[in-house]
Amino acid sequence: MKNNNRFKLDTWGWITLITIAFYALFLLYPMAHLAKMAFFDSETNSFTMGNFIKFFSKSYYSSTLLNSFKVSIAAAVTSLIVGTPLAYLFTIYKIKGKKTLQILIIISSMSAPFVGAYSWILLLGRNGVITNFLKTLFHFTPPDIYGFGGILLVFTTQLFPLIFLYVQGALHKVDNSLLEASQNMGCSGAKRFFKIVLPLITPTILAGALLVFMRALADFGTPMLIGEGFRTFPVILYNEFVGEVSQNKGFASAIAIIAILITMFIFLVQKHVSNRKSFSMNSLHPIEEKDIKGLRSVAVHAFCYIIVGISILPQVYVIYTSFQNTRGLIFVKGYSLNSYTRMVSKLGNSIANTIIIPLTALFFVVLLAVLIAYITVRRRNAMTGLVDVLSMIPYIVPGIVIGIAMLTSFNKKPLLISGGMLIMVIALIIRRLPYTVRSSVAVLHLIPMSIEEAAISLGSSKLKAFFAITVPMMASGIISGAILSWVNMISELSTAIILYTVRTQTLTVAIYSQIIRGNYGVAAALATVLTVLTVISLLILNRVSKGKFTGM
Amino acid sequence: MSNIIIKNAVKKYGNTAVITGLNLSIRDGELFTLLGPSGCGKTTLLRMIAGFNSIEGGDFYFGDTRINDMDPSKRNIGMVFQNYAIFPHMTVRRNVEFGLRNRKADKETIKRETDHFLKTMQIDMYADRLPENLSGGQQQRVALARALVIKPDVLLMDEPLSNLDAKLRLEMRQAIREIQKEVGITTVYVTHDQEEAMSISDTIAVMKDGTIQDICTPRAVYQRPRNLFVATFIGRTNILNGKTEGGSLVFECGYKTAFPSWKSIEKQDVKISVRPEEFVINPEGAEGIKGKVIDSIYLGLNTHYIIMLENNQKVELIQESTMEDAFAKGTNVVLTAKNEKINIFDKEGTGNLLRGADE
Repeated sequence: MKNNNRFKLDTWGWITLITIAFYALFLLYPMAHLAKMAFFDSETNSFTMGNFIKFFSKSYYSSTLLNSFKVSIAAAVTSLIVGTPLAYLFTIYKIKGKKTLQILIIISSMSAPFVGAYSWILLLGRNGVITNFLKTLFHFTPPDIYGFGGILLVFTTQLFPLIFLYVQGALHKVDNSLLEASQNMGCSGAKRFFKIVLPLITPTILAGALLVFMRALADFGTPMLIGEGFRTFPVILYNEFVGEVSQNKGFASAIAIIAILITMFIFLVQKHVSNRKSFSMNSLHPIEEKDIKGLRSVAVHAFCYIIVGISILPQVYVIYTSFQNTRGLIFVKGYSLNSYTRMVSKLGNSIANTIIIPLTALFFVVLLAVLIAYITVRRRNAMTGLVDVLSMIPYIVPGIVIGIAMLTSFNKKPLLISGGMLIMVIALIIRRLPYTVRSSVAVLHLIPMSIEEAAISLGSSKLKAFFAITVPMMASGIISGAILSWVNMISELSTAIILYTVRTQTLTVAIYSQIIRGNYGVAAALATVLTVLTVISLLILNRVSKGKFTGM
Repeated sequence: MSNIIIKNAVKKYGNTAVITGLNLSIRDGELFTLLGPSGCGKTTLLRMIAGFNSIEGGDFYFGDTRINDMDPSKRNIGMVFQNYAIFPHMTVRRNVEFGLRNRKADKETIKRETDHFLKTMQIDMYADRLPENLSGGQQQRVALARALVIKPDVLLMDEPLSNLDAKLRLEMRQAIREIQKEVGITTVYVTHDQEEAMSISDTIAVMKDGTIQDICTPRAVYQRPRNLFVATFIGRTNILNGKTEGGSLVFECGYKTAFPSWKSIEKQDVKISVRPEEFVINPEGAEGIKGKVIDSIYLGLNTHYIIMLENNQKVELIQESTMEDAFAKGTNVVLTAKNEKINIFDKEGTGNLLRGADE
């Protein structure tokens, strides 16, 4: 039975209003401010399309749009090509060391992409280890890692796990009897995969591809490091905003507006397509893993191991270099913990910041996500619908855009919070909420409303029923979501790079700036710390979710 | 304890009215059942009493207290849900104590009352277990104990047995009936299962499309249903066309029969409701409704016969089984009705012409 869809000013009504106010101040206002900067001349204060005309008339700028599209679409396609078969093989076959492979895949997806880019430069760059190895041994120069190819390599190794996890989840819902039925009617093997399995998981694949596309489009660190002449959209946005040569906030805002419009368009298209093509399945008998033998077994194992190996290689190599001795800017023979000691003395505060800022944000993300999930699921009305929409907006706004919007909006009294920790915390909250709200909504849908009604009929107040009954029932789901959020927040770069100051720099910002300055040893040590934090968090997550998350 | 009075209840979802002007009066201490097909508004009405659905019009009273605008947590109701709604993260004891703790009862009372109801519901041995380890029937007992321990004025039960298997359902039905009588609490019980309603209720209200079709004792609702819908919804029945004239009943085929209590019925076209067990089967040649046996289903205690009448209408008939199949397929038979039992409705089926006539 439904509640009547009318807004009431009870406890939940107040929470709804406060949430809307929060979003109005920290999301809508900055976005409006951004639009104002883009459309109004800062001196004459008159309406102008000049910034947009400038962008589209000079190919130096407009070509970045094309570049971003090219590389993001390519990344989505390659991630699909790698991730989908891998997930399929993982589902239908018994593969040795599957659990380890699975957690390695997750680790490689959870690390900051630009660390991968940096590591690939160390491996395959002009003076890279593999490059030099091939040169001296075979007099063979591998293709240039810089530019389109390099970005694509980093994005693919980094983002195919998203497809892998999505598809794996979807395949678990496909009933084995569907496969048996198709086999019964003479359709098996690859034909069965394309005729039966693929159509069933198409909505999932589309959703995964969109996520890959969005991440690739918004990623700033990778093209910055490995792109060289191949400039993408976020790179130019960053350069225009913080660049020392030509700082033009109005123009940067215009680029940001264009970015939002593009991602919004893609989001709507994806939503439209997957709505039309979704199936509801109930799998009484999930697909069972089968043994494989002989040549096929060798081929399947080789495929899985090589892909996981390549994707985890950058992480491993960075950790390795963190123990190498350095002289000046280059690695030399011998091993020590020198990089770590220098890291602690120079940049110890960035480690502390990486704990404090995301942890504070996490607290509010979880609290807000649970409350928002509750009001949108259980108190459905126009106002809570608004909250639902607001909370999803940051999903399609690139992090660097949120950073710019917030920085420019809150640098004057009475709203002076730029340069402090608070603004970084709020930016993380805003950016992470869409994901945590979605997962909380999913958990809440599993809890029947009658449980809460039972509590109310037994004399509980509405708020008490929520905190004493509903929240404890959601707990394990909430904690899993929280750890996932935490991992994402500590490896976040694109918002932090805009908002940080010397006092508030985080690990990712520190790694990035050390790489730019060429302090490879310290950067490697910092990156190792980040990886260790990530791995520990994932192991805890695995414990808490009883293997539901990693599928182990 | 209190009686419940509902006057002109109105429930709307948006602009569509689900219940319009419904009136009810439930006596103190009785077990009152709302029975009807799904979508008839019975659960909606129950949730209006509970306070989980808003009330768009009319007045709801517990005794003399108008409860329309009272918060559900203040109405002092015990509610048992279809899915039990046991708190899965609390032990059985904590579940049962929950309402008493909300009422800030003192420790001693909580312990005494909880123990009493755990014992009454025969779940005291599971007191310290988590509910996930209990069977459906045991969970239902926990739900019932939890609802009763707060000494509610009214007990509301929303299809409490529909998630149980057939055997447990019978057992729990009996248990609910017994404890309800023991505690003497006014109970509103919602079900779509008419057998369950018959067996458990003091009063049954049959609902359809948000209106009450009939409201009386289980016996009356079966024997003298108020309209054609109730006659077909409660139990099985055959509907035949006919007419009344001067205290006699003339079936479509021309068979004419009379009974004293039909005397007051005016001459008119009627619908005649004959339940399968109200037919008497006679060999060919007797006076009655002619037909042919087209199928017989042996069910042990009874045998069902499907009979095709001369007007091509199929009717169903139940007889106690005999040692031999008395009327084999293809046998021509003649049917008569047990006149004191059958019901006669007006042509539209809206009223029972016998209601009140034979009392």
